[in-house]
Amino acid sequence: MKDLGHVNNPWGDDKVIDACSIFGMMDVSGKTFSGRDIITAIGSMHDRGNGLGGGFAVYGLYPEYADLYAFHVMYLSVSGKTEIESYLNSRFRVVLSEEVPTRRVRAIENPPKVWRYFLEVDRRLCDDDVEEEKYVVDHVMEINASFSDGFVFSSGKNMAVFKGVGYPEDIGEFFCLDSYEGYLWTAHGRFPTNTPGWWGGAHPFNILDWTVVHNGEISSYGINRRYLEQYGYRCTMQTDTEVVAYAMDLLLRRHGLPVEMAARVLAAPLWSRLEHLPAPERELYTSLRQIYGSLLMNGPFTVIVAHQGEMIGLTDRIRLRPLTVGTSGTRLYLSSEESAIRLICPDLENAWIPAGGRPIVGRLGDALPARRSGRSSLSKGENFPLHAQVQGG
Amino acid sequence: MKTYLPPRYIVRRDEDRCIQCLVCENQCSFDVHQYDAGDDRVYARDDRCVACHRCVTFCPTSALGIGEYPLDFRANHNWRREAIEDVLKQAETGGVLLTGMGTDKGHRVYWDHLLLNASQVTNPSIDPLREPMETVTFLGRKPGAAEIDPATGALKTGMPPQVRLGLPVMFSAMSYGAISLNVQESLARAATELGTLWNTGEGGLHPKLRKYGDNTTVQVASGRFGVDAGYLNAGRIVEIKIGQGAKPGIGGHLPGEKVVEDVSRTRMIPMGTDALSPAPQHDIYSIEDLSQLVHALKEATHYTKPISVKIAAVHNSAAIASGMVRAGADIIVLDGLRGATGAAPKIIRDNVGIPIEVALAAVDTRLRQEGIRHLASLVVSGGIRNSGDVAKAIALGADAVNIGTAALVALGCRLCQQCHTGKCAWGICTSDPALTKRINPELGARRLVNLLRGWDHEIQEILGGLGVNAIESLRGNRLHLRGLGLTDMELDTLGVRMAGK
Repeated sequence: MKDLGHVNNPWGDDKVIDACSIFGMMDVSGKTFSGRDIITAIGSMHDRGNGLGGGFAVYGLYPEYADLYAFHVMYLSVSGKTEIESYLNSRFRVVLSEEVPTRRVRAIENPPKVWRYFLEVDRRLCDDDVEEEKYVVDHVMEINASFSDGFVFSSGKNMAVFKGVGYPEDIGEFFCLDSYEGYLWTAHGRFPTNTPGWWGGAHPFNILDWTVVHNGEISSYGINRRYLEQYGYRCTMQTDTEVVAYAMDLLLRRHGLPVEMAARVLAAPLWSRLEHLPAPERELYTSLRQIYGSLLMNGPFTVIVAHQGEMIGLTDRIRLRPLTVGTSGTRLYLSSEESAIRLICPDLENAWIPAGGRPIVGRLGDALPARRSGRSSLSKGENFPLHAQVQGG
Repeated sequence: MKTYLPPRYIVRRDEDRCIQCLVCENQCSFDVHQYDAGDDRVYARDDRCVACHRCVTFCPTSALGIGEYPLDFRANHNWRREAIEDVLKQAETGGVLLTGMGTDKGHRVYWDHLLLNASQVTNPSIDPLREPMETVTFLGRKPGAAEIDPATGALKTGMPPQVRLGLPVMFSAMSYGAISLNVQESLARAATELGTLWNTGEGGLHPKLRKYGDNTTVQVASGRFGVDAGYLNAGRIVEIKIGQGAKPGIGGHLPGEKVVEDVSRTRMIPMGTDALSPAPQHDIYSIEDLSQLVHALKEATHYTKPISVKIAAVHNSAAIASGMVRAGADIIVLDGLRGATGAAPKIIRDNVGIPIEVALAAVDTRLRQEGIRHLASLVVSGGIRNSGDVAKAIALGADAVNIGTAALVALGCRLCQQCHTGKCAWGICTSDPALTKRINPELGARRLVNLLRGWDHEIQEILGGLGVNAIESLRGNRLHLRGLGLTDMELDTLGVRMAGK
């Protein structure tokens, strides 16, 4: 029997209430670019944050170690580092360990020490990739639940999360993100209303190569969390956002659902809409909701979820938080505000607001998502004429 | 034997208002009011009054009032009025004291110590009058994961039978014989109109009510009254009744005089014979026996209906519930200490079982710990009085609730606890044809529909206030509850935090 009570915070309600800026950009051709533009874009939404959290996720930045798990760990004490390094050494083969380069930035106070480790899993311990990933997830959960002075905040291959307490533009400068190149970046500026001032609590949240940046409050957190705990996830990061990351991991990696289906779980179509669908679709969505009703994410939210090769933007089903999509050339942009996209891409080709609960998916090698012109019954309200577009165009 | 029992209630008649119309005399089934032609006055036998308020309600001149009989017992903390009266009753009858409805003792009502949350500033509350608000609930076993065929995008996982409820409230099991056919018809009609279910109880399904089958739970209890293949397949859910909150571990006994022709046909027993429900089901002496019956019923209904198992909330409900799920139950019904009955030994009703709130919390937690919560829906009953209780039950982890007492109160019941006498003046818990006529199924259904429509609106307001627009987001979401005036251990058992924390 699982001891579901075994977590840092047994009440599990230290969720941080956020109202934030989020931004994502991806080149679907796989071309890499530095963090300079995304720092500018997220920095332009400065007023949506309050300096108590900023962060970035980058994909494709460690091509030379692409097959190794890149653990990024923050340490609050020297003893914490000793303990966790000893734990890592006994569970993984550590190919390379180094301190993450940082700059002194006046606005960043008392930063923890941040180290990264490129790790290999002994294949004798795991039969296949699925088991290997479970092994990694279990140990990340174990470290984060058991050690008080250290925290794994990034654990995927050829990707990394950089985050901390501060405005995102300062965090970007602190971690020298202008010197990294990736084909997919997401960013977050945070406005927590309750302030643990803890570096681990900033976005993006990560497990394996999944990252989530989130603007909003997940009012269904209590049941989302209890549901995920049944599958071995431990919510240790004192925020509601991590349930989105774990939910995506469960649905896509472990249950093998396509992204579009997973989005229909998190933002289930209304029953009243299903009534107008053809029978096979109606039955599919009805079953999905019957099975995964406890994973319905309720309350106001916009998330950008990313993993290797894919970036997904999604709002709650009645779109209580903003999301704008932009496309230009091979670039896909997702942003809380359209102005942030236009700031770094003045000749933007398309911009639109997607319908509530409808996922926008950018996939490496695929065509960019397009604005829907047909009126399929699930995409009603897709096409809002944008004043900004008229003005800008 | 002269009774030493003092009257319990006193009838107050305003002689200036009384017009000697004799409505009270006609309405009272306990023969309290008696007209004296010589005096041209109506007198009352106070000792017979049960405070059902039937006469008060129907007196055209509002001449009547009922009060506690003014009689102060000598103060004694241990030997209070009820304890003395119970001893007197037994000294005069030598039997088990019977009673009806749920316990009236002061066991802690946890609903009254739980408070719900609401949105302020950081997330918007949602107005259910202007935004969609979903209270639809599906009962039945759910798969642990959905498997999608990558080629076609179709669902490969087979879905076990699911029952759709328009709102997460159903009517509790109340058998024909215990309640009248008119009451059952009121419940069936209301359930059909609301898109929810009523429950036959163990007394079979009267032919007149078969047409409401899609909104009916048919019960299989220890007496197996009225059970045949047609009965099992007539309903939407088949429920195995192991126990009920008002009398855990106790059987039932419908006296022969209540087994009139219609009851006899519906229960499939000879007229005038006592209908005895044994305390246990005599083919279920262990969990593996339950599993056999569950699967026998699934076979009999061709795997088209969820099989529900109802137990009374007792000390080790969590472990029992886990066993029931593993035995194949698709729905678990927990009936708490305050659950009602048509007849039960008073000593059992008031002293056996545990409150539904703690049983629910324990069962939901245990099923989650074992990773089997999705395998069965959880329905609770026994003390649900209003939509606030419903919302709190759902937040603690229930999929839906059953209401019995609340439904009967809507039809007139004043909880006078005389169900076992068969004299119900409101025509609810009786088979006396003169009394059962007092319930008109059409008007009864209207009252029940009104009640639950109101509750549904209130549940929607509660959800909207919490900033969510689907009942799933409240279900099992104990973070939306806080406890007030509870000990650490009680908070821990309920899995909720103290208000202010």
